[in-house]
Amino acid sequence: MAAETHPGTPEPNHARRFTALWVISSLIATPLVIFLLGPSLPPGNGSEQASGHVTDNTVLLAMATPVLLLVVIYLIYASIFFRQPKGGVLEGPAVRGDSRIQTAWVVITSVLVLSLAAYGTVRLLADNGAGSGSGPKPLTVPKGPKLPVQVIAQQWAFTYRYPTYGGVETTHLELPDNEMVELHVTSIDVIHSFWAYKLGVKADANPGVDNIAFVKPTHEQSFEVRCSELCGIWHGYMFDKGYVVSPAAFETWIHEQQTKFAPATKVLPPYSNTYSPEPTRRAE
Amino acid sequence: MSTLAKKVLGVGSAVAVLGVLIGLYVASWATSQPNTIVASVPPPSSGGTQLTLETVAAIGPKYEPSHPDWVSYLVRKNNKWIHSTIYSVPANSVVHVTLYQYDGDSGLRNPFLSQVQGTVGETETVDGKTINSIPPEEASHTFVIPQLGVFVPLPGVPEEAKNQCEFAPCEGAAHRTITFSFRTGKKGRYRWQCFVPCAAGYIDGFGGPMQTLGYMDGFINVV
Amino acid sequence: MSTTAAAASTPQPIGRPLWRKLIGFNLLTAVILGVGGYYLGWFIGHQISGKSFEFQTATDEHDVALLLAYFFGVVGFLIGLGFANYPVSRLLGKPASLREKEEQGIGRYFGLCTDHKVVGIQYLVGIGLFFFIGGLNAMLIRTELLHPVPTFVGPNQYLSLVGMHGTMMMGMMTSGILGPFANYFVPIMIGARRMAFPRIEALTFWLLMAAGFILVSTIFFGGFPTGWTGYEPLNDQAVMGMDSYICFFALVGLSMCLLGLNMMATIITMRAPGLTWSRLPIFVWSVFATSVLMVLAAPMLIATLLMAALDRTISTSFFLAGGGGSSYLFENLFWFFGHPEVYILALPGFGIVLELLPVFTRKPLWGYRLAVSGMLGVSLLSFFVWQHHLFVSGINADLRPFYMLSTEIISVPTGFIFLCFMGTMWKSRTSFTVPMLFCVAWAFNFLLGGLSGVFLSDSPSDTDTHGSFFVMAHFHYTIMGGLIFTFFAGIYYWVPKMTGLRFNERLSKIHFWSMFVAFNSTFLPLFALGMEGMPRRVSTYSPSLQALNVWVSISAFVLGLSMLVFLVNAVYSLIFVRLRAESNPWRSKSLEWQVPTPVPVNNFEQIPVFDSDPYDYGTPLTVGGAPATAGA
Repeated sequence: MAAETHPGTPEPNHARRFTALWVISSLIATPLVIFLLGPSLPPGNGSEQASGHVTDNTVLLAMATPVLLLVVIYLIYASIFFRQPKGGVLEGPAVRGDSRIQTAWVVITSVLVLSLAAYGTVRLLADNGAGSGSGPKPLTVPKGPKLPVQVIAQQWAFTYRYPTYGGVETTHLELPDNEMVELHVTSIDVIHSFWAYKLGVKADANPGVDNIAFVKPTHEQSFEVRCSELCGIWHGYMFDKGYVVSPAAFETWIHEQQTKFAPATKVLPPYSNTYSPEPTRRAE
Repeated sequence: MSTLAKKVLGVGSAVAVLGVLIGLYVASWATSQPNTIVASVPPPSSGGTQLTLETVAAIGPKYEPSHPDWVSYLVRKNNKWIHSTIYSVPANSVVHVTLYQYDGDSGLRNPFLSQVQGTVGETETVDGKTINSIPPEEASHTFVIPQLGVFVPLPGVPEEAKNQCEFAPCEGAAHRTITFSFRTGKKGRYRWQCFVPCAAGYIDGFGGPMQTLGYMDGFINVV
Repeated sequence: MSTTAAAASTPQPIGRPLWRKLIGFNLLTAVILGVGGYYLGWFIGHQISGKSFEFQTATDEHDVALLLAYFFGVVGFLIGLGFANYPVSRLLGKPASLREKEEQGIGRYFGLCTDHKVVGIQYLVGIGLFFFIGGLNAMLIRTELLHPVPTFVGPNQYLSLVGMHGTMMMGMMTSGILGPFANYFVPIMIGARRMAFPRIEALTFWLLMAAGFILVSTIFFGGFPTGWTGYEPLNDQAVMGMDSYICFFALVGLSMCLLGLNMMATIITMRAPGLTWSRLPIFVWSVFATSVLMVLAAPMLIATLLMAALDRTISTSFFLAGGGGSSYLFENLFWFFGHPEVYILALPGFGIVLELLPVFTRKPLWGYRLAVSGMLGVSLLSFFVWQHHLFVSGINADLRPFYMLSTEIISVPTGFIFLCFMGTMWKSRTSFTVPMLFCVAWAFNFLLGGLSGVFLSDSPSDTDTHGSFFVMAHFHYTIMGGLIFTFFAGIYYWVPKMTGLRFNERLSKIHFWSMFVAFNSTFLPLFALGMEGMPRRVSTYSPSLQALNVWVSISAFVLGLSMLVFLVNAVYSLIFVRLRAESNPWRSKSLEWQVPTPVPVNNFEQIPVFDSDPYDYGTPLTVGGAPATAGA
């Protein structure tokens, strides 16, 4: 059971070869990922938050690329160079570990992971929740004027209420371009989730909860709003189209809505962060 | 082949046949939906197509022995009331809807839906009177096609009315007659639903019949 | 490592006429008593609910009746199998019957058998059956997703299919490796004659079978619309079929808890002399780490489901905001179980891969202590990460950085497993047999799954991907790419030991390659679909995503076909051809390969004494570091 070496051919320095392969491919691939792939990563640049996500995804992808290459190249390398010859019964070297490599791995992976966690925390706080639903008391709130818009999720449609425009409720969402919007997402029955993926915003709608998310669209566009928490039979059908329009067009639109929905606005309950309409438990 | 192999083969074949039969059963369960009812063509003066619907407080054991107490929509075809909620209407045309409302009111959870939207003239006609919204507490059901922007609240039969309907088909019982029309655009399969919490005994009134095709939900096939 | 193989000395089978065999505590009696119990429970349930809870009858919902029916049905089923015999006979002061051990022949596999090897094979076939059922659900789902609008499957049925697929897989495959392989091989690997609690072992299997049947029966009661996570308040709002889900998961939780308990007791107390913790096979370590999670997490699930059942039947308001409860409560309780649950799925896979690697690379396991600390680290940390499922739900915003940190940290011990994998393969002499191929595929799949997990653990990035197909891709890569691939590795590796038969080499390789390629082709595009805005559990999506969905569906069909290849392979090799396998075809030094095939009833004639771990492979190194050459 000896590890045979063919006389005359020295064992190649696998460590050097493999490390070279990995380092070179990482040095090629990572900049490609950052500069070529990065800018076109989802969710796109529909809002400041979405652009922030593109940066986050680029950073994460850039850190993942060398890891991916390490393991994949290793697997391919090992499959080629560390094979048992056909019908052979050779044994490999009886090495049970290498404390230097193990320590280095633990340290490097921990550092990588901790820095990712720190980066994520900084981005989350710096971007006021980064478009995610941050609950009724977000940790950081953007300064300056904000347009409050309430998203009411019900089975199975979203309606939108504008408290600063007389509490008018509309069937689709229009937002003014380049203004910070403070979304208040709530539900009046089961758990839903408001997801405007081009704007990089997602906030769960829980009954009795006011879930706040901040978003600032950066150009005029149309976007899709979809429910992303299973809420019953028409969950997949709970979508509508939203628009980001110029502030002037927004003003025109909202006044149109106020006129159009005047009868409904009269019978709406006063604007509130949450609603508990009857029946709150089982219907009679 | 050994006897063990023969036994196993025999048992295996029986299991395979059983499996296929069960698979077919499951596939038929998965794909079962109410029949599609094609909207009929009304008298030549109005143009478009006609859909005659009714809403009842309880479908009754005759139509649905498994859920006799569930609220339901029914559609009229060939002078009979059919228990289906899938309708087929032509594209780029007007659909006239006549709805006989036999149920009492439950109220709306979101009063916003008490206003008529998306119909021709943004109005509906209830018992001869043309209105553009109803008091939210009077809502009994709604007919809403969100993708076409059609929102029609349906007021209920007052509590003190005599001769309230018990089970479908509710001929001759107290009711409201509601008519409205809406336009269809391009082809597609659109869903419609009721928005009133009319499912008695379920949380928020939105379970059971409110989440089952054939009762308070359906499809509009625009062909 | 010294072993002594046992010379089989099995008792003679007792010959009884067929009719006599049919009467008694067996599967037929169990089914009859189960059905009887079902109707008894249904009747009692109506007596209770008809008088006190009027709304139940008003909506024709019979939740109390159905829950009691399931409960009494399962109790009747278990009594019919004979689980009550031992407790009752002891209570009455009678000696326990030994008939369970005496039975020979194939009948043992269809009833209560306390031989852990029989239970292992029962698990393999039983879980395999439900795995295929879950897989067929997935085929129906992918058929529906060929079109962006609902076409074949009604919207309710679609949600039930999605729910059944997820629930069946999660419930059944948690015991996917522990059930068949740990039950069969852990006692042998540690030099024991049996598990610590053989009857409980059999109970865990039959609970799972009863549970699977209950879940499938949901289609008779209207299905359930919540998916496998069963979120409130939709859970409360759902029709009767929801109770099948509740019963299924409660029984699965009980089965998991008992299985873990049994494993832990066996590993702690029944190791043979000389088998210290540092000589324990790595597979047994992974089983131990998994068992800790099972015992601690499963009771949470059972309690949560009980609360959900109470909400549905007697009108409590644990989870209804309108009654003073909170929908968050369910999410938190569920995911406190749910997150350890997914590590229960992942850890045995780690164990199998690291156990098989030394055999096929002919090297000792590299970094044994690191691997063990990785597994235990994952086990411990898995209890501290659950709120990453709730990042966008509006939980207290202070919590998110902490859970981001803990979730990121858990990738460190997971990384240890990869290091040990790579270290073991380094400068090895690897034979790429079919089990080894599955292990290498695991490395690739779990890598992608793990890396996508890093994206999901980053809260800003998670904003886009939570609840979308990206999450689906992530967990299918880790669970299916991780667990299922190692499940098949275990099958190809250990079935020659369990049955003494060989798989057909060509069919096995066709199975592997078709499965690996089809799997990646199916799930890789899902990352893109998720990022492009497709939520989970929908049958309608933006028409621009149709091309990608069609690609995924076709790949999924090919994946299903590859499973068929496996079935054909199994039937062909194990039933028709029945080629004898050698006693140790992989030349493994592990203890289970040193006992004869078929493994004798009491495993060993003499309990072995251990003097090293089972990784005595490889050529020892000389002082200079070069491998020693053998003397003449």
